[in-house]
Amino acid sequence: MSKLTLKTEGNTHLVVTRRFAAPPEAVYRAHTDPKLIQKWLLGPEGWTMPVCINDARPGGKFRYEWANGKGHGFHVTGEYLELEPYNRIVHVERMHLPDPTPDNHVETRFDADGAGTLMTVRMTLPDAQTRATMLATGMERGMEASYVRLEGMI
Amino acid sequence: MLSPGRILLTISNRLYNLLLMSATLNLDAAFSALADPTRRAILARLAKGETTVMELAEPFEITQPAISQHLKVLEDAGLVARRVDGTKRPRRLAEAGIEAMDQWLAMLRKALEKNYDRLDEVLAGTEQPKIKRGEKR
Repeated sequence: MSKLTLKTEGNTHLVVTRRFAAPPEAVYRAHTDPKLIQKWLLGPEGWTMPVCINDARPGGKFRYEWANGKGHGFHVTGEYLELEPYNRIVHVERMHLPDPTPDNHVETRFDADGAGTLMTVRMTLPDAQTRATMLATGMERGMEASYVRLEGMI
Repeated sequence: MLSPGRILLTISNRLYNLLLMSATLNLDAAFSALADPTRRAILARLAKGETTVMELAEPFEITQPAISQHLKVLEDAGLVARRVDGTKRPRRLAEAGIEAMDQWLAMLRKALEKNYDRLDEVLAGTEQPKIKRGEKR
């Protein structure tokens, strides 16, 4: 069973959806309480988040630092723009590699879905061109297969 | 230096996090090779079938040596292969390289799912006030 969808929307958006058995209050809290964030926003096995600073209020900043225990690490910083408790979070974030990447604008919605939650993460890319480049529109067959897979990842 | 998947960096930082973390495949060369419109066009052309360097150069307003240079980048990245046919060296897409990128995309999705599977566990372990239990919203 796969609960995750990842697809493009319009020219500049990427949308991820995921259902959770828990109600919106709980899922929202897991996105705003640093102690909870540290437990799950970790990517593949082997990574931890030793630093998780998260000031979840409009204008508040966050900083997540990841490490893999083998000397590799990087961090993300961001600011909260809007928070509607248990329902919606809007923030911007950027990675530091160490130079910062362009700001990524993310809207996360938590909608009640029966007893659970339908979460929708809508990410806005810098511009249509970068996404077009990314998806390499116009590519045919062989290469297209890779991108179609990304575009329709479900 | 930015490493793997510079193109995909533009997807979103959050997905890119996962990319960095899961960069176990050596895809740096493949993705940086793709970060050029001419090379993507070359690949698109090769997707139609095996092609000689001269035929490849035709639609482009650049010289054959320039095309050859792009081809070298693509070959070094494992995306294009060549074979010997008399004096010709026709190029084709290298399945293995394309396949590696496919796998990478699958891995990216897996990493994203991993996050949320972990979140499921966190949520299952969290004390939930059972107000309105069983009630449909």
